[in-house]
Amino acid sequence: MAKIASFGAYVPLFRLSREEMANAWGIPAVPGERAVANADEDSITMAVAAGADCLGASGKGIDPSSIDGLFFATTTAPYNEKQCAGVIAAALDMRTDINTADYTGSLRSATTALRAAVDAVDSGSAESILVVAADCRLAEPESMLEQLLGDGAGAVLISKQGSATLRGFTSIAGEQIGAWRRSKDAYVRSFEGKVESKYGYVLSAVQAGKDCLEKADVNPADVARGVITAGDPLSGGKVAGSIGVDPGKLEDVLFFSVGNPGVPLVLMMLANALEQAKAGDKLLVVNNGDGADAFVVELDEEFAALEGRKSLVGHIFQKKNLPNYTSYVRFRGLMKKETVDPRGSAVTYWRDTKIELNFHAYKCTKCNAVNYPKPRVCVECGTKDQFEEVKLPKTAIVFTYTLDHIDAGQYCNVAVPRLVIDLEGGGRLFLSMTDADPDDVEIGMPVDIVFRRLHEASGFYNYYWKCRSLPEAGS
Amino acid sequence: MGSIKDKTAIMGVGCTAFGEHWEKDHEDLIVEAAYEAMDDAGVTPDDIEATWVGNLYDFTGLSGAVAAEPLKLFGKPTTRVENFCASGMDAFRNACFAVASGAYDVVMACGVEKLMDVGGTGLPVDMGHPVLRGSSAPGMFALTATRSFHEYGWTREDLAHVAVKNHINGAKHPKAHFRREITLEKAMNAPMIAWPLGRFDCCAMSDGAAAVIITRPDIAKTSKHKHDYALTKANAMVNEAMLPMYRRSFDFLGFEATRVAARTAYEEAGIKNPLEEIDLAEVHDCFSITEILNIQDLGFCKQGEGAKFIRDGHANVDGKLAVNPSGGLKCFGHPIGATGCRMITEVTKQIQGRAEGAQVQNARLGVAQNLGGTGSVCSLTILGLPE
Repeated sequence: MAKIASFGAYVPLFRLSREEMANAWGIPAVPGERAVANADEDSITMAVAAGADCLGASGKGIDPSSIDGLFFATTTAPYNEKQCAGVIAAALDMRTDINTADYTGSLRSATTALRAAVDAVDSGSAESILVVAADCRLAEPESMLEQLLGDGAGAVLISKQGSATLRGFTSIAGEQIGAWRRSKDAYVRSFEGKVESKYGYVLSAVQAGKDCLEKADVNPADVARGVITAGDPLSGGKVAGSIGVDPGKLEDVLFFSVGNPGVPLVLMMLANALEQAKAGDKLLVVNNGDGADAFVVELDEEFAALEGRKSLVGHIFQKKNLPNYTSYVRFRGLMKKETVDPRGSAVTYWRDTKIELNFHAYKCTKCNAVNYPKPRVCVECGTKDQFEEVKLPKTAIVFTYTLDHIDAGQYCNVAVPRLVIDLEGGGRLFLSMTDADPDDVEIGMPVDIVFRRLHEASGFYNYYWKCRSLPEAGS
Repeated sequence: MGSIKDKTAIMGVGCTAFGEHWEKDHEDLIVEAAYEAMDDAGVTPDDIEATWVGNLYDFTGLSGAVAAEPLKLFGKPTTRVENFCASGMDAFRNACFAVASGAYDVVMACGVEKLMDVGGTGLPVDMGHPVLRGSSAPGMFALTATRSFHEYGWTREDLAHVAVKNHINGAKHPKAHFRREITLEKAMNAPMIAWPLGRFDCCAMSDGAAAVIITRPDIAKTSKHKHDYALTKANAMVNEAMLPMYRRSFDFLGFEATRVAARTAYEEAGIKNPLEEIDLAEVHDCFSITEILNIQDLGFCKQGEGAKFIRDGHANVDGKLAVNPSGGLKCFGHPIGATGCRMITEVTKQIQGRAEGAQVQNARLGVAQNLGGTGSVCSLTILGLPE
């Protein structure tokens, strides 16, 4: 039977207080703050971050080449035509003989993908599948929804081997106009919330939850933890009550800390629940969106800690506050500035996939120098074609840097930190820094290497790697 | 390996004023520089047997036509030479070797760039690859400044001294782009371009052209400058990694291309002690930090003592070894393809005692060092007078 082998989450570093958002428009504020993806982040880059979190520290955690598939769930796919899962799988350095698929359209897509992964493992067509979900949804400026949404990502590794068993999968189809966004719309729309909540969300969630517990033969009173998604802090309790689960056992819906991230919410909540669950615990997961999905997760054993996995808690308390609403406007590109994009090339993108996405380098077998990008002749000893392809680590030390005010030929007020970094085990790269206050950069500083969107040359997304240095986690 | 020493001579030199030539195109500039050089040499376009023109950007011009077309040098060869910011001196080098081979008697090396036609927000930075990019030109050289600060304890004030010195020299040169002196405070308080390089740490973006007429010494002896033609004592050129930011062995404390070119050229010219024997140097101060590192790489002082060399006034026009008496790229300007030939022009006139700006007293032997890319290529020429 399919099991959960690992879990992961990602929340962008930046938070914006809802009061700042409300003040910008002169409207009432909802309490709390929301997570805001940086300008160089999107659903693909956040999914890569959550997927990497799920696999643990590179080289020390789960080997990405051992996984047979990657399913990506989102309502905000950067591409309408072109698969996103393939980009994510490459950036996670997975094999190419695997099943990759995008699950999109519904806010319930994460559990649709998860169910497909479970079915694949149960049927024997795959040993393991990594399910990642991310969203970066836009609400209309000056709307209350703009305050309520948040950006984030989650991941779960479904495998024949693992620490928790999945069973009782139940799906309810429920056609209703709840939240929607036409392909020509920029912003999420929603009908009167009361109607959707009463006749859509609650009805299908309760039915899914009840059916699931019955199918799994689990008494509602025996549910140790309820992972019931909702766009507000109260609705989940109503659903739990109707199913017979103690509302005091519900996982936090991240309303005050992240905002409603949409598709990934269920995986982010699940990650938190799994991290804290004990052996024998039964978790009820109910996810909604155009109907509902429910399943039971039973812990065979406690999940062991995985080096490098921060899960949800590790991301929520690691944050920087944005000073104002204008930062949000800038990050989401709500006010368009003229930009100059460099030349792009679909051919170069394809030819350089190994260095650009998989982040591989080439070690000279004669002198051991790690060459990057890919050479034919070693930059240090001049030997031709004697290279071993190696994975580059995702941590490095700053050797030297500049804070460059000239980017793509234009003067910018906020300098872009450009870093020469030395990687553990050899190799030197020249990368930009993101999520950073330029004043904090210094020689000798350790940095992490993260996947980000660089630019849109030639009309497609050019993804690449950047450095980031995380502040000490607060509380 | 053979030697170019004493095998070629400079008959004449010409250079336009550098600056913002909005009303002129590259044709105007190259014609002005080339005719000034030919007049200086006492030759006509018919006497020029072959031409090499240094030029980097395609918006200035393409192929040999950059020079052949404006000057109507038809019926003979013109080659465009492109090697980053060292394009100009690479053109000079090719011209010299062609004369030394015996194939030609009289040739021209020239260079031109019309940077201001695409605006003045720094050089275009398209490196050809969508994501494996360098950064802006100041950004790339700023990496050496940050590392040097870390290693040697230098500060932005050390950089500012370079700008102040070069502005003193540039103010005296009628053809320089910037012709006013500045204070240390002004340099240090300028807006930041790429930390730690501020506006006065960066050279000018300029339009301009320069030209040099080259021949064999036996012909020079009967020419207009028969008593004071400049002899090529050495020329060396070295290429290094184009993107040293990806190379672990690169120390960011100088440029190996210059170090190797200097060693090679000093040996060719028979120079044992550069500080004592050389009278002046036009060096590639695209940024203030680059001048300090060049001074070290050229062996004028030890590693780590470049900033002190300038602070102590040794690089002043009346110092031990005048560096950039023209005002350098910082003040004279830097129309990329023209700079190498402009340096040759300046050193030639200095050793002939007819400098247009500040004259270095009793100058006999001068160095011109033209750096390109991120220190990816260095072309270096030593010029002296006939015995």
